[in-house]
Amino acid sequence: MKLSLSIPWMDFSAAGKASAEVKKLLARLGIEQGLVKRIAIAMYEGEMNIAIHGGGGTADIELTPDLVDIYLRDHGPGIPDIGLAMTEGYSTASEEIRNMGFGAGMGLPNMKRNADELYIESVVNQGTTVHLVFHLNRKQE
Amino acid sequence: MKVSEIVEVLSARVYAGEDQLDLDVQSACGADLMSDVMAFVKESVVLLTGLMNPQVLRTADLMDIKAIVFVRGKVPSSDLVQIAKDSGMILLTTKYSMFLACGRLYEAGLHGGGIREIA
Ligand SMILES: Nc1ncnc2c1ncn2[C@@H]1O[C@H](COP(=O)(O)OP(=O)(O)O)[C@@H](O)[C@H]1O
Ligand SMILES: [Mg+2]
Repeated sequence: MKLSLSIPWMDFSAAGKASAEVKKLLARLGIEQGLVKRIAIAMYEGEMNIAIHGGGGTADIELTPDLVDIYLRDHGPGIPDIGLAMTEGYSTASEEIRNMGFGAGMGLPNMKRNADELYIESVVNQGTTVHLVFHLNRKQE
Repeated sequence: MKVSEIVEVLSARVYAGEDQLDLDVQSACGADLMSDVMAFVKESVVLLTGLMNPQVLRTADLMDIKAIVFVRGKVPSSDLVQIAKDSGMILLTTKYSMFLACGRLYEAGLHGGGIREIA
């Protein structure tokens, strides 16, 4: 099963809706609740990053019997130093964004903690692709 | 602790979810940054926050958090109340500050279970 959702830029009434939709779909398909939550958290962080930092983009979800693959793509400014961006607490978000409750610098670490696999490809001035992989049949923790 | 007890301890006003106050929560999370909520919450908790916008409700919904308390006497807009009702959440407000609200709940017996250990 494949699903493609668009993520608008800086639209805070829409931001998070793609993740909420995927969460609902996965729960309806009978996927275990803890896993659904991990997927929802990781995707939500990625979605917010695209909405806030990435200039908008897309989420592509692929569901197979073994895996959930989520590709979060944008054509925004890119991430110059991925290692630095992965550090807990590192954020380039503006004061305004922080006042809305975002910009804790915990998004990428949260994605890493919740996904079974995380791949980030980013080219400055071209964009970023975050690939999240979740294993459906493997018992986790 | 039952949410009805939380209402009492915080002298809270109930804006949504009046019929669900016998819900049981394991712990509380006091946070104004949504990623912190997502980083540390594990079990069923009540979320206390000074932040009042739709993202708070959306984050809570994603985390399966069923009860939210707005601190410092903030009054939620009717839009927010509606969103809470639509997603089956309990929405409370208290006049207490974040510090006092958390302190009162802790004193009343709500402790740290359900929160991921912070390294
Ligand atoms: N899609 C993206 N495009 C450009 N920069 C990004 C993107 N995602 C993350 N970043 C950069 O990485 C930093 C850390 O991201 P994250 O851990 O999610 O924290 P936060 O979003 O709270 O700032 C961001 O502040 C930003 O500089
Ligand atoms: Mg982020």
